[in-house]
Amino acid sequence: MKALLFERTIPRYAASRIASTLGGSGKGVKVGPLRLTDNASEPGIPGPDWQRLTVRLSGICGSDLATLDGHSSRYFEDIVSFPFVPGHEIVADNDEGQRVVVEPVLTCAARNVSPPCAPCSAGDTGCCTSLSLGHLAPGLQTGFCADTGGGWGRYLVAHASQVHPVPENFSDEDAVMVEPAACGVHAALAAKLTGGETVALLGAGTLGLVTLAALRRWSSPRTIVVGAKYPIQKEWAAKLGADLVVEPSEVLRAVRRVTGSMVAAPASATVSDSAPGLGPRRASAGSSRRRGAWSPGASASPRRLSGGADLVIDCVGNATSLDTALSVVRPRGKVLLVGMPGPVRIDLAPLWHREVSVAGAYAYGRETALDGSPRTFDLAFELVGEHSLGQLVSARYPLERHAEAVAHAAAAGPRGSVKIVFDPRRRR
Amino acid sequence: MPRPGFVLEVDRSTPPTLFWYGERFRLERLPTGSRVIYAPEPHAPLADPDAAIASALDNPLGDSPPLSGLLRPGMRLTIAFDDVSLPLPPMKSPDVRGQVIEAVLDRAAAAGVDDVVLIAALALHRRMTDAELRHALGPRVYDAFAPHGFLTQHDAEDPDGIVHIGETDQGEDVELNRRAAESDLIVYVNINLVAMDGGHKSVATGLASYNSLRHHHNPATMVHSRSFMDQHRSELHSSNWRMGRLIAASGIKIFQIETTLNTNTFPEQFGFLQKREWEWTMKDRAGFLAASKALQHTPPKVARSIFHSIRAPHAMTSVQAGEVEAVHAVTTENVYAQQMVAVSGQTDILTMGLPYISPYNVNSIMNPILVACLGLGYFFNLYRGKPLVRQGGVVILSHPTPWAFHPVHHPSYIDFFEQVLSQTTDPVAMSTTFEESYARDPWYIHLYRTSNAYHGVHPFYMWYWCAHALDHLGQVIVVGGEPRAVRRLGFKPASTLADALEMASDTVGRDPSITHLHAPPLLLADVT
Repeated sequence: MKALLFERTIPRYAASRIASTLGGSGKGVKVGPLRLTDNASEPGIPGPDWQRLTVRLSGICGSDLATLDGHSSRYFEDIVSFPFVPGHEIVADNDEGQRVVVEPVLTCAARNVSPPCAPCSAGDTGCCTSLSLGHLAPGLQTGFCADTGGGWGRYLVAHASQVHPVPENFSDEDAVMVEPAACGVHAALAAKLTGGETVALLGAGTLGLVTLAALRRWSSPRTIVVGAKYPIQKEWAAKLGADLVVEPSEVLRAVRRVTGSMVAAPASATVSDSAPGLGPRRASAGSSRRRGAWSPGASASPRRLSGGADLVIDCVGNATSLDTALSVVRPRGKVLLVGMPGPVRIDLAPLWHREVSVAGAYAYGRETALDGSPRTFDLAFELVGEHSLGQLVSARYPLERHAEAVAHAAAAGPRGSVKIVFDPRRRR
Repeated sequence: MPRPGFVLEVDRSTPPTLFWYGERFRLERLPTGSRVIYAPEPHAPLADPDAAIASALDNPLGDSPPLSGLLRPGMRLTIAFDDVSLPLPPMKSPDVRGQVIEAVLDRAAAAGVDDVVLIAALALHRRMTDAELRHALGPRVYDAFAPHGFLTQHDAEDPDGIVHIGETDQGEDVELNRRAAESDLIVYVNINLVAMDGGHKSVATGLASYNSLRHHHNPATMVHSRSFMDQHRSELHSSNWRMGRLIAASGIKIFQIETTLNTNTFPEQFGFLQKREWEWTMKDRAGFLAASKALQHTPPKVARSIFHSIRAPHAMTSVQAGEVEAVHAVTTENVYAQQMVAVSGQTDILTMGLPYISPYNVNSIMNPILVACLGLGYFFNLYRGKPLVRQGGVVILSHPTPWAFHPVHHPSYIDFFEQVLSQTTDPVAMSTTFEESYARDPWYIHLYRTSNAYHGVHPFYMWYWCAHALDHLGQVIVVGGEPRAVRRLGFKPASTLADALEMASDTVGRDPSITHLHAPPLLLADVT
């Protein structure tokens, strides 16, 4: 069958890492381990509760880009099997002609692991501990497992526990947004907001936007400040309920304003007798008598607040966003990592000093924060339907134009786009 | 005998006109038939400033006794003085404030007054640096007062340092610096650079709180001040006059000393800046060429540093003292005599070259909000009678308008530019939606009180200064401005004057009248 196949070739992996480092995200795809083939093996049916799916659409996610760029963490090496067909945001048809979306985590149920692990028993399938066990090759999700295929191929297989029928009124674009929306729902509920908080949300790509929508739907923070880089992201952030949408570089100032905090700065950065127009200098003796602990020099390049947001949701996951998160979170506040982080180098001193909690929010399962512990995917369907989130799908590409598609996804914001998807049915 | 101001009609023989362009200049060929308004030449300075000061103190105007008659042992004397926003550029030493204060202190010493405090009347401006205070007051006064804590700067946010005087008949709160209000006498030392300065505005604004200032620093007042330079048609002044009269009625005694300066604005090496282009000598041409070429290759920060080191050769042309209103009436006439230029008829397009300095960026960066304020708040208002530009006309400003802010002096300006102007440029809308939160923001208040930052509300005031122009004009275009910053202001960027004129034709048609305001040196157009 036709598919994009990701193979384990160290030289190509290194080449993609170098190309993306030098040229930017998406630039490594032509030299990396991803290749288009017409002869990929169609995945076999692993067991009685499995079904074959024919892909309609499959999205390109930030974690896919990190993988293609060679920047994903080595942490995943043991829970991925090669070669795999990427693509875990999937809307497909089963052999009965039913349109379904795939919940891609390969849990104990899918792996035929019995008894299931404790998280799976509790419905907390995103935290399944059996990702390399059972009758399947290792793989945290469909799209990272050699045995299941993925959305970037014509066909894949899915366990009955993984498929969710798509309502008739959903377009394919709506349906392909259900998986990322589920991530956003889980993140919003993992935040455990009780009401009245100030939330800073960093990043307004797909994940940031669906998390924002879910925050507004299932919690009642007082203020949500969103750091968004591009006009389309800003527009959608405002539409989905942000109180304040600012440039990423303005997040600290915005959080300061809405929380009434001060800016912290080292005393050596203070001013007073200014050289004409050349910016701040050290304070003169006369002016230092009234200098406070929160010094004015901080305004030159504010780095940290005295107070801050109760919760910072990082939907980017790089060193800059993590540093910003730690700069704007209040003492004993919480930072929630929703965007997939890789290896980063950051200063954890503020985390220690201000007793900040950092938590991850990955995937989905059942949401115990709500009555009846509904499945995250059920809530995601609700969220997508409410906002017609299929509108976030900006372009479809055939597998043949995968390099273009990946480049588009990597530059979605600057190109006025949000979500880029493959349509394996198309040839051009 | 200095020549009066002049309105030139451009013809084919007219050389290119010099436009200020921040820390640089542009030479522009204005279309034939355009008018260029030049300032009057500098009036002769007082031959003996010290004698003139002494005479003013001893022969006061209005119903005030001579200063010496108001001084007695055991009294509390407060001397307040205009801050770093005046004059522009800062003047060569000795600064007139220092000269006047020395004379006042001599009399206080002679009368046995030993409780004397000096207050820089900042209102909501930034605190002055030690060097700026020393320059304004002179080393003798500074060294005598600063080390002992008797040289202070007004703090409009000091809860213990502000006292409520009362309310005017229009319901305006009057709050003043407690030390000043509780003194037996306030001596206010002013520099009346333009007609807007001085009078009751000195104390009622310079020593006031936000609660007081908000009654006249608001869009409604500003839009009904036509212009700020014409006290009798300025709501800003009416409000200050009501407050000033309430202050007087409350028993607070003020001895007002006002000075005027001539238009000798730039030192000799920049002499071409205050000459008419067709009168440039070879030396002027060489000076212009050398300065222009050098500045083209000078990094902006260095250019800024060079220009802000300029000390103006301003000289005092008059000094008068006594009762506030009587003094100010004479002062205003003296300012008018120096700066007034008769102009017949309004124009469709008014062009202005904006220099590197405004009252709020001395030793600092001219950020985009200050560019707007200088052009639309100050230069647009340099008129008496009718605005130079007709209703619905176009103003073309020349300034690089960099997206740059002095982080210490203007912290709330950065947020104002990023948050407020990205949502609205309407002065009324921003005043109702955003002003209060900026004015009460504890961080801005902290920086205003302890650092050298303008008050959090100050960028709003800068924008309100533009309210009359924004209400009056059909379009504002900035030549050579950074497009992103210009658009954020709600204006249109143009790369050349020709482009700007072409763009203006959408508003004023293909054959507009054009007038260029050739300032600084400052002038006041008396438009009939």
